[in-house]
Amino acid sequence: MTIKINLPVSEEEIRKLKIGDEVLLSGTMVTARDQAHKLMVEKKPDFIRPYLKDSVIYHCGPVVKKNENGEWEFVAAGPTTSSREEPYQADVIREYQVRGVIGKGGMGEKTLKGLQEVGAVYFHAVGGLGTLLAKRVVKVKEVFMLEEFGTPEAFWVIEVKDFPVVVTMDSHGNSLHKTVLEKSLEKSKKLLGID
Amino acid sequence: MELKNHILELIRRASTDLPPDVEERLKRAYEEADEGSTEKSVFNVILENVKLARENSTPICQDTGHVIFYVNYPYGMKEWEITEEIKKATIEATEKNYLRPNAVDPVTGKNSGNNVGKNAPYITYHCWDKDYIEFKLMLKGGGSENVGAQYKLPNAELKAGRDLEGVRKVIIDAVTKAQGFGCAPGTIGVGIGGDRGVSYLLSKKTFFRKMGSNNENPVLAEFEDRLEKELNELGIGPMGFGGKTTVLDVFVDAQHRHPATYYVSVSYMCWAFRRKTMRIMSNGEVEYDD
Repeated sequence: MTIKINLPVSEEEIRKLKIGDEVLLSGTMVTARDQAHKLMVEKKPDFIRPYLKDSVIYHCGPVVKKNENGEWEFVAAGPTTSSREEPYQADVIREYQVRGVIGKGGMGEKTLKGLQEVGAVYFHAVGGLGTLLAKRVVKVKEVFMLEEFGTPEAFWVIEVKDFPVVVTMDSHGNSLHKTVLEKSLEKSKKLLGID
Repeated sequence: MELKNHILELIRRASTDLPPDVEERLKRAYEEADEGSTEKSVFNVILENVKLARENSTPICQDTGHVIFYVNYPYGMKEWEITEEIKKATIEATEKNYLRPNAVDPVTGKNSGNNVGKNAPYITYHCWDKDYIEFKLMLKGGGSENVGAQYKLPNAELKAGRDLEGVRKVIIDAVTKAQGFGCAPGTIGVGIGGDRGVSYLLSKKTFFRKMGSNNENPVLAEFEDRLEKELNELGIGPMGFGGKTTVLDVFVDAQHRHPATYYVSVSYMCWAFRRKTMRIMSNGEVEYDD
């Protein structure tokens, strides 16, 4: 069954989620990737604080166009690989009281611990869904650091409607990535004959 | 000969229109997935996305990749002139949002903003004995590129020797390590032999093959089929969520090596397998191929 969540969201509601849950997200979230994470850890800027509190960070480098009326529009916007933010993520979640992170590929132990402590989850979006996910972005509300970081790396504050994700790391210390990795490693060792 | 507008159209098609053989293979993966599984819903949204991208002429994936061209041209044409046309088409394709600006100067960290820079787009030229020009274009996503790997045989840790059995072992290792990071299900391109550089090039060139095709060498053909079956037993599934389809296909090629070296390069192509070919005939007619 698909669960619907509106952003911003309470810690209590997020703690109810478990790995494997299919979720549709609606509300305001923020895209941030490599340079943005580095900035959030090293400089702790305040401009992004109100947007991140109880909301979600989306690891995404979108293709964006400017319409004739001057408004931005997302053209393609699937998730990027999250593991690059592993050194920063737990600190960012703590500092900005974030309730979720969307990306692909999952994250490591440090993030898993951070999710548990703050009360947040990792939502996995399907990588490569450029067009489909851009269509779920109903409005670009704001953009920060566009000039300095370029289109893919800027903070895009967006409003989404029914954005499809799967919970793959929950706030109880469970990671679907860890489970699949362990099972596939076991099978791999059998195929390699190195039990 | 008009080149720029044709190249622009080639880029548009590659970025927005998944080749039919890849789409068919994804449909098969959808059909094979268990009812009600996450795997099934993932393939469902993937196929919906492929359809939407084609209808809207928008990129299948927002990572429109490294722009890689292979050009075969007739005697008399000039490489530097073709390069100019490719650059112009690339800049325009970026303005039209068929491509995301993906060319970053590693020294300054500055994005060129138009996909043009040193060795960007990457072009390989070959002058051939035909009277028409052929462009082969591959858009290779960064996530999938990051999970590629090169091995040097023998490999003690994997007990992989200098033979096909050793090659098999390192491929299994590479795909296990890739998990879902490269946007599984992936297509695996393998280059055996050569030096380090051409080994990787060979592994990537295999991506111009069609789904379900085999190497002409019957030994390698059988090897490919065996690996496809075994890699799908790993249970990594789409995005690493678990499932029956971990790879869509395996393409292997081999080239002569130095007696002292035995390289195996494994390139990973994400499910959004973007490639197109275009031929501009001497009478100006244009043909596209997937």
